[in-house]
Amino acid sequence: MDYGKLGLKVGLEIHQELATQHKLFCQCPPELFKEELEYTFLRRLRPSQSELGEIDPAALFEFMKGRTMLYEANRATSCLVEMDEEPPGPLNPEALDVCLTFALLTDSKPVDEVHVMRKIVVDGSNTTGFQRTCVVSVGGSVESEGKAYGIQHIGLEEDAARKVRDEGEVSRYRIDRLGIPLMEVATDPVIYSPEEAERVALAIGRLLRATGKVRRGLGSIRQDVNVSITDGALIEIKGVQELGLVSKVVEYEVQRQVALLGLTEELAGRGVGEGDLNGDLVDVSSLFKGTKSRIIKNALKNGGVVLAVRLPGFARIVGSELCPGRRLGSEMADHARFHGGVKGIFHTDELPAYDISEGEVQALKERMGAEASDAVVIVADDEDKSRKALEAVVARAKQALHGIPRETRSANPDGTTHFTRPRPGAARMYPETDVVSIPVTSERLEALKAALPEMPEEKLERIKADYDLNEKLARQIVNSIHAEFFEELAKEGLGDTTLLAVTLTETLKSLERDGVPVGSLDEPVMTGVFALVNEGRTAKESVPELLTWLSSNPGRSADEALDSLGLGMMAVEVLRELVEARVSEKSEMVEQMGMKAFGPLMGLIMGEVRGKAQAGDVQNLLRKALQERP
Amino acid sequence: MGEDSLQGYRGRLKVALRAIGAGIGDQIKVESGGAVYEGSLMPRLESDDEHHVVLKLRNGYNLGINFDASTQIERVGEAEKPDFRPPPLPTMNERLPRVSIVSTGGTIASRVDYTTGGVHAAISSKDLLSIVPELSDFAAVDADILYSVFSEDIDSRHWTGMARMVEEKVDDGVKGVVITHGTDTLGYSAAALSFALRDLPIPVILVGSQRSSDRPSSDAATNLVGVVTAAATAPFAEVVLGMHETTSDTSIVFHRGTKVRKCHTSARYAFQSVNTDPLARVVEGRVEMLEDDYRRRNEGPLEVMDGFEEKTALLKFHPGFQPKVVDWFVDDGYKGLILEGTGLGHVSTGLYAVIERAVEEGLYVGMTSQCIWGRIDMDVYTTGRELQQLGVEPLGDILPETAYVKLMWALANSEDLEAAKALMRENIAGEYSDRTLYTGRFG
Repeated sequence: MDYGKLGLKVGLEIHQELATQHKLFCQCPPELFKEELEYTFLRRLRPSQSELGEIDPAALFEFMKGRTMLYEANRATSCLVEMDEEPPGPLNPEALDVCLTFALLTDSKPVDEVHVMRKIVVDGSNTTGFQRTCVVSVGGSVESEGKAYGIQHIGLEEDAARKVRDEGEVSRYRIDRLGIPLMEVATDPVIYSPEEAERVALAIGRLLRATGKVRRGLGSIRQDVNVSITDGALIEIKGVQELGLVSKVVEYEVQRQVALLGLTEELAGRGVGEGDLNGDLVDVSSLFKGTKSRIIKNALKNGGVVLAVRLPGFARIVGSELCPGRRLGSEMADHARFHGGVKGIFHTDELPAYDISEGEVQALKERMGAEASDAVVIVADDEDKSRKALEAVVARAKQALHGIPRETRSANPDGTTHFTRPRPGAARMYPETDVVSIPVTSERLEALKAALPEMPEEKLERIKADYDLNEKLARQIVNSIHAEFFEELAKEGLGDTTLLAVTLTETLKSLERDGVPVGSLDEPVMTGVFALVNEGRTAKESVPELLTWLSSNPGRSADEALDSLGLGMMAVEVLRELVEARVSEKSEMVEQMGMKAFGPLMGLIMGEVRGKAQAGDVQNLLRKALQERP
Repeated sequence: MGEDSLQGYRGRLKVALRAIGAGIGDQIKVESGGAVYEGSLMPRLESDDEHHVVLKLRNGYNLGINFDASTQIERVGEAEKPDFRPPPLPTMNERLPRVSIVSTGGTIASRVDYTTGGVHAAISSKDLLSIVPELSDFAAVDADILYSVFSEDIDSRHWTGMARMVEEKVDDGVKGVVITHGTDTLGYSAAALSFALRDLPIPVILVGSQRSSDRPSSDAATNLVGVVTAAATAPFAEVVLGMHETTSDTSIVFHRGTKVRKCHTSARYAFQSVNTDPLARVVEGRVEMLEDDYRRRNEGPLEVMDGFEEKTALLKFHPGFQPKVVDWFVDDGYKGLILEGTGLGHVSTGLYAVIERAVEEGLYVGMTSQCIWGRIDMDVYTTGRELQQLGVEPLGDILPETAYVKLMWALANSEDLEAAKALMRENIAGEYSDRTLYTGRFG
């Protein structure tokens, strides 16, 4: 794709959790808990009415539907502040200092007085119904490959509770993460290609880590990506959890927008107008009395209906692929889920399928009076939900006539995205009156200036020298999210620095490419693997296999991996017996070749013991066995 | 531009803002320290310093900009007038039970000014219904503003006013009265109305909120919905206080006005029934009685005894308590004192003389315990027995705050001290319990 011609513009918002001693507005530690939860509580959020009499319709709808939140908590990681049972304490000065330090590193101008705001968020991820957030500095820039990228602002906010799952009308959240300080770095929309977006994200991540006060591990850094193309729409994509996904997210979003614009053109060519989409819903339950489709059967059994709507001129449009695995039908399904609370939709572009028969599809098309150029969408659920779902489908179909709707989307693990909600109107922000404003004095800034951390380029030189790494490996480690972990391991003497560096960069990357869920590996587990090698209990060749096993068995230890895979080192005696046995089995060859049999025998034995014995040990034993043979 | 239009600004900065004719909300441009900012001018808090001007940027964030001799401020545009379009009101079903909501202050229902963060209380039943529309599903509500005072500024004159308002509403034929009130002294007002409203025919329910109503997580609307449900449909005719039962939004619990106390500074479940169980709760829109022995709805007639003697005090005894404190009250003509003693009902023997004098001068002196839970017993230790001999009246398991309110009421509604003493001993509104029940944990 010619991104220049398409007018691609990307802006990034990087959110980084800070490793301060306490959370942002209380004295709880900024940590997550894995243990059994200690207590839960149930809440509802009522959208407040503004002076303008506006209430976010989607939020009000959720409330009226009776959406409730069940919060999980323990005493070690949260207190009454996270429960919204106590006013917040003062803004954590340590967190503010980290942000100011980052501002100084990027020439961003600190504000003279920090004002904490409440940003309304009623999805339940904040027990208060708002997120506390503030701007710490404005302007500045980060550099990547000689180009400066403008910063809009640097902010400091509280992280939200983490979603556990939805159970019908109840959303379960865990409040341990709520209140962890989160630094936000927002760039200007001055990035023009997917690769450039990833590079800038990487540069910001590197600089954030330079402060030495960032949390590590999965989910501790999250990217929001704003993407627009000429004639397209500005789409905000939330929650890209991995840096490596940024370029893919941008690429797929451009594909999606280009494809949607193509569909708009196609629909115009077919002469489809808003007037054609009358949205008449028809109860077609009777057509599915004998259906084999489990979903429809269950819906009818539970007193639900099958509702259908005809979309004139939409044949082969609804099923048209926008980006890998996503069709206009998927977009419609997202809206149906959001507005109707249904599980999904079926459309004729994909039928017959899902145990809906050819006969049922024909009868459906007939009942709906659908011609070959029309699509029919059906929903099987409670009548009210089905009606709302199909109304949302029709609304989305109408939007397709005009182009791309402005909306907020969330990233899927494969880099595609799904609709999460309409773009909120003007930011619903008002002052947090429970937290006093904080003047940023010149004395404070001078003190921070005097103690600025090491910059990435300095760090590169130091790492090369201190750990005896080549330029390429040193650069990889400095760029990696494991840079600090590497230094800790190296300082503890946990093995050969090259092995550490290669494992933490190339090995993990290649495992990930092979589909190994390396995201589940935490630092203590990896430390355990390096310790095994270091103590001579396994060979360094076993590291990839151990990490693969541990990735798929979260919560288990390196020792358990070693036992389960049988990758422990063979005792010298056992190895000696094995070598001697092979030598005597191949006595004929040994007779003929003498010491020249060393090579082939070495190959044979190593094939058997790779990962369980060091090659050097085998060499010594084999040489001895050949020399001392009777 | 008037004074109020520059809320919170002081000194030279205020002069500078006035000079360019800027008011809150106006678009202004500030040049300071080499940077230029543009946004709407925001008010400052009383506690803020006078050297920063606060702007709301277009992205919604506020920030403070240093103001000194070199700062340039320019007014570039006028404030946008909020254009308030109230959402359509639900239609009131006049066949539903009529419930009257009387407001004394606090903001049980309000809307937010998202520019300044200011909170504006609902001032009419219309306002209330537009903010909590589901009220119209189960009651025909009307709303009155009786007072607009902070809870800590409420005194016995307000209790009298509330009692008379209830009388008016009962005469008008409503099925229940809800009184909204700040939480700090809510327990005192609940006790006062419990004594003042005799032969009550309908429920009178006091309610407050622990999270302000401008935030989505506020307990205000949930509490209000729960208490209006009870006011409309509950079978009891007593003065109760309705608030969250736990930290969850699942149930609203009703405590008897004489047995309830604010036991937590900030939590939703701050109010607890002490030495007794709550009377009822509302779960999923239905009233559930937790107690069989209660006063049923009836025909009355209501009798209002709304006098309260102001020359009454509640004294907390503590190590080092000075006897002359008691003397001061006697010298100043006080009519009665409630002592909040230690343990089973004791004060230092060093107070015997001043207590004796108080009793001789005709003051009522009653004893309660600062333990809060449990009942006093002044027969167990010598000090208790001696205090009784001096004329101190033991007050069983009555809460100190309730005893204080009851004494004000008893003194105002009695011919003489003996009659007041008799009233104090009588169980008027469930303030005494006969049995002390087991409570695993307090509160």
